[in-house]
Amino acid sequence: MSMENFISLEEYQKMSLLRFTTAGSVDDGKSTLIGRMLYDTKSVFQDQYDAIKATSERRGEEEVNLALLTDGLKAEREQGITIDVAYRYFATPKRKFIIADTPGHIQYTRNMVTGASTANLALILIDARNGIVEQTRRHAFIASLLQIPHLVICVNKMDLVDYKEEAYEKIRSDFQGFAAKLDVNDVEFIPVSALKGDNIVNESENMPWYKGTTLLYHLENVHIGSDHNFIDCRMPVQHVIRPYNDDYHDYRGYAGRLAGGIFKKGDKVMVLPSGFTSTIRKINTFDGEIPEAFPPMSVTMLLEDNIDISRGDMIVRENNVPEVTQDLEVMVCWFNERPLQPRGKYAILHTTQDVRCIIKDIRYKVNINTLHRDEEDKFIKMNDIARVVIRTTKPLFVDPYRKNRNTGSIIFVDEATNETVGAGMII
Amino acid sequence: MKYHINHLRELEAESIFVLREVAAQFQNPVIMFSGGKDSIVMTHLARKAFFPAKIPFPLLHVDTGHNFPEALEYRDNLVEELGVKLIVGSVQEAINKKLVIEEKGFNASRNALQTAVLLETLETHKFDAAMGGARRDEEKARAKERFFSHRDEFGQWDPKNQRPELWNLFNGKKQMGEHFRVFPISNWTELDIWQYIALEKIELPSLYLSHKRRCFIRDGVILAESDYVNMKPDEKIEEMVVRYRTLGDMPITGAVLSDASTVEDIIREIATTRVTERGGRADDKRSETSMEDRKKQGYF
Repeated sequence: MSMENFISLEEYQKMSLLRFTTAGSVDDGKSTLIGRMLYDTKSVFQDQYDAIKATSERRGEEEVNLALLTDGLKAEREQGITIDVAYRYFATPKRKFIIADTPGHIQYTRNMVTGASTANLALILIDARNGIVEQTRRHAFIASLLQIPHLVICVNKMDLVDYKEEAYEKIRSDFQGFAAKLDVNDVEFIPVSALKGDNIVNESENMPWYKGTTLLYHLENVHIGSDHNFIDCRMPVQHVIRPYNDDYHDYRGYAGRLAGGIFKKGDKVMVLPSGFTSTIRKINTFDGEIPEAFPPMSVTMLLEDNIDISRGDMIVRENNVPEVTQDLEVMVCWFNERPLQPRGKYAILHTTQDVRCIIKDIRYKVNINTLHRDEEDKFIKMNDIARVVIRTTKPLFVDPYRKNRNTGSIIFVDEATNETVGAGMII
Repeated sequence: MKYHINHLRELEAESIFVLREVAAQFQNPVIMFSGGKDSIVMTHLARKAFFPAKIPFPLLHVDTGHNFPEALEYRDNLVEELGVKLIVGSVQEAINKKLVIEEKGFNASRNALQTAVLLETLETHKFDAAMGGARRDEEKARAKERFFSHRDEFGQWDPKNQRPELWNLFNGKKQMGEHFRVFPISNWTELDIWQYIALEKIELPSLYLSHKRRCFIRDGVILAESDYVNMKPDEKIEEMVVRYRTLGDMPITGAVLSDASTVEDIIREIATTRVTERGGRADDKRSETSMEDRKKQGYF
């Protein structure tokens, strides 16, 4: 890091947070791209740089291999692959970035889904020489399935196609044709060379025909203010705070993280599942009372009336309630070596609820390369994506995943091993 | 943008959420408190998460017997202020009882013994979740760590077989005898921690700020003079103006020459520093995968 990286506390408090996911295989140059971003934003320390320089020299490489900055675990280094999601961090004076760096092989769909679940933006790499391949389609489908609000397509290795506009334009129109079948709104295309540094942090001099921005500029400026749902008020109760001391004798605070909407002091609210109504007396934090709360804040709510509320309940607005149901249609991505069992029973976690469910029906399996729906093959194994019908032991308070990623998502847990075996998006 | 919180507040909200999940999902959780800035920030966040109630967890300190006295003093004051219980796992006691054997030689360290004592203490007290202040930006093995990290009955971490962690849904289900390590500040960077300390005006052990200390240099690392280090004949004690970027054991934690005497100075210093935070930690220098190996054995 250098002096220009100094950010005062005042400026630091103006920074926002962007979480993005990168997917790609070793050959796409994903590691080089991340390494380049870290290096060009001066996020690399001298001892880290010295270490990769020494490794590059030992391997007989001419230039310092920036991809080595993303090197992971022993087994990964030995095999030259990424096994698991790795989280990486860098910041510019405008934003802090969290990268969920996920491997791109077919058998690691589950990692891609995991990385995508919290991302505001997905970065998909395409090798300019090869164009759209199966893996590109898979990444784009997962980004749309997980409702990542923004998509960036980096057409990489432009240096290997002589920085020709035609190569870029061909990929761009091919992708747009394919993306029409997907549920993605904001797609940006950027021609880059991660190896040479074109259009990553610094503008390329090799592609005067490109009038758009660099990748970093886009990441710094993409509008993420509307990524949360600020319409439908939802606060799943996480924990009830009862201090049991003289200063706070009758204090009952409902602690939770806002999952949607804007709650204000004085608002009429309803509590699910009881249906009791009350008024917000106070929205409390350690730093004092606040007039309103919205996602992704963690707060403590106090109500006017003494009603029985516990973990798993949800505070909502009377005139805008989620669906209260035991029967759900879910798109599920399966994570476990043991296939999904038709009629099988699983524990599921949804918001702060912990219930059980039975798989009532498997509607179809999605071929993630062709997007074809297969209604015959109902054998759902690891990394498969399918639409299923489930019935839960207790009612859940749900919204469609498209409307709210917090109240529309569930995970499946194997009751024997306690492993997380699947991720579900409520339709 | 009216409905927007800055990234420090977003990290804070995420950590508070995780801390509350721990209180809700586990029977007997504990905060691993080292006296270092990360565990101090984590404890501060726990205070915020349960306000106005007390923190519903005890603090656990694995005392190697080689601690900086300043860190111990800070620990005791904090425990008193918070009104929580302190549990100490003592490496010295384990050595005395011959439960573990101490390393010998000039670079002898009690770092490896910590793991055994930590696991033993967790078992004795039947803790089912131990929260640590580890951050993913610290080290490459930690970059792959989960918020809720499942450990088998031997306390081991299996990086290839971790539970996928999606959205805000944390799966803390486990078999008898197993436990979890939980890392509420996973997504914070070193700079985030310092900016937050400045923002919240969190008090720190004096070691983090510039002070005069009798030190010597070994393999390029500035070490403090103490009863716990065997000096080599050619090593010379000098008075230096130093501070610490991390706090580990006295014999293995390197100081940096620094006249940063306020948190703001430190932030300025970090922005210009050319070496990573753990660059001064001899425990990480043992091999390229030393953190990964220690984590697999049950280190936090």
